[in-house]
Amino acid sequence: MRLEGRDLVAGYEERTVLDGLSVAVPPGRFTVIIGPNACGKSTLLRTLGRLLKPRGGSVLLDGAVLHDLPPREVAQRLGVLPQAPLVPEGVTVADLVARGRQPHQRWWQQWSPGDQAAVAAALADADIAELAARPVEELSGGQRQRVWIAMALAQQTEALLLDEPTTYLDLAHQVEVLRLLERLRDGGRTVVAVLHELNQAARHADHVIAMKDGRVVATGAPHEVVTEQLMTDVFGLACAVVTCPLTGAPLVIPRP
Amino acid sequence: MRGAAKRGGYLLLGVLVLLAAVAASLTIGSRPIPLGEALDALLHPSAGEAALIVRELRVPRTLVGLEVGAALAVAGVLMQALTRNPLAEARVLGISAGAATGVVAAIAFFGVASLAGWIWFGLAGAALAGALVFLVAARTRDGSGPVSLALSGAAIDAGLGAVIYGILSIDAATFEQYRFWVVGSIAGRTPAMAGQMAPFLAIGLVLAVVTARGLDALALGDDAARGLGHRIQRVRLLAAVAAIVLTGAAVALAGPIAFVGLAVPHAARALVGAAHRWVLPLSALLGAALLLLADVLGRVISPPGEVAAGVVTALVGAPVLLWLVRRARTVTA
Repeated sequence: MRLEGRDLVAGYEERTVLDGLSVAVPPGRFTVIIGPNACGKSTLLRTLGRLLKPRGGSVLLDGAVLHDLPPREVAQRLGVLPQAPLVPEGVTVADLVARGRQPHQRWWQQWSPGDQAAVAAALADADIAELAARPVEELSGGQRQRVWIAMALAQQTEALLLDEPTTYLDLAHQVEVLRLLERLRDGGRTVVAVLHELNQAARHADHVIAMKDGRVVATGAPHEVVTEQLMTDVFGLACAVVTCPLTGAPLVIPRP
Repeated sequence: MRGAAKRGGYLLLGVLVLLAAVAASLTIGSRPIPLGEALDALLHPSAGEAALIVRELRVPRTLVGLEVGAALAVAGVLMQALTRNPLAEARVLGISAGAATGVVAAIAFFGVASLAGWIWFGLAGAALAGALVFLVAARTRDGSGPVSLALSGAAIDAGLGAVIYGILSIDAATFEQYRFWVVGSIAGRTPAMAGQMAPFLAIGLVLAVVTARGLDALALGDDAARGLGHRIQRVRLLAAVAAIVLTGAAVALAGPIAFVGLAVPHAARALVGAAHRWVLPLSALLGAALLLLADVLGRVISPPGEVAAGVVTALVGAPVLLWLVRRARTVTA
């Protein structure tokens, strides 16, 4: 699955956030978008995920213009987990994950064995099978995040786009989610996530897209993008980059 | 899927409760008629007094009760989903006020003196008010989202309320007729009226079923619904049209009956969970049953007179709503 944006212009009301941005998502890899607050990371992800219609340029999915494709067809190929989805009152984990099957169903269609299998697999992959009957409201933040990811997994798409999937989670749960995303990548999926934590991006991503002021500043492998010069430029903060003693990945440390 | 048998059981229970309510509505009243005799009157038309009461009075009343109760409950589900507001019901989208304005206008300006005539004015008023609320909301940045729908509905409701009370306060003769409609009742309705409302009910129910999955998705937020492949403006438009048609027809026919649209969806969700393909049919069953039972209660509560169903639902409704509020608090805590 090839996903790319060409000359994208996008924003909200009068405010233009992305102004002529082009970017390509490498297939089958774990791509992380980084950048300071309000630089357009979420806007880019929402535009790539068909949640936001670009004013100019186009998003191409395997060469076809994304926003011209039927939304249901896109949802069968591209799963999107937005930043703050809502939990309906009283919904159980299994019910919520089952909603990920919607792109594969029609309103007259009943629940099929295929749907059942996809939900079971998603629950297992996200490691929440034992929570299936629990109300989502009762779960911890980390468990909830895995429920949302499971819903996106039940959609059975080749690509998965996630907007800050680790926000509000403690460190252990953040790592848990990132490892889950790595496993999905290992299973052949294309994964794109917006992350705030640079060291996690450097450690877990195959491909990093660094943004600033609605533009892509640099793209490439973590060790190519997460450098002292680039991080200082992008975040406006003097920092050092050392090599992580455990993984060899770049490690960003703000200078005192 | 998990729990389908249990949910199906609740639906079956809903059917049984509704059948019991229908039986009660056919048999109980100032002239009690045994169930066997009532059924006999239905199947073998005869000229006896009991048969006449059943066919001419109780059957139309029961049919209207079924229609209005189901319509109000389903519309309540739709409006609560559209506004993501558990307290949404006919008033929230200005539909009740629209129907009331239509009826007041029919009496005050067009000299329409019968219920059969008011119905069409009520329906037109409800449709106009509902459409206005939706169009105003659709032009906001929120794009007919929950907040803009609720706000423009509240504004229209308040504005029309001022118009209604303005007219009524200077026109006592209109008020004298209006009060029979506004109390909310299903007594004295004819088979023709029940027939006139049936197509509106059918359209509303079909649209509700078509949008059920879209509403499930919208409950997760606009972006999540888009991500699941829905055209969210279309889902909202269809659900709003269904809510307007159902509420408009029900309110025009029976007056603004409180509480059914508010409480039945809560009860249904408590039983079968949040998925609309279960909540909608169970709400239709329970809404119809609730209104019939309220009507039956109103017939026997203060003989020889009758208390209107709308009064009974409000009286019974208040404590039940308080109970729901308490329950909701314990869930979120």
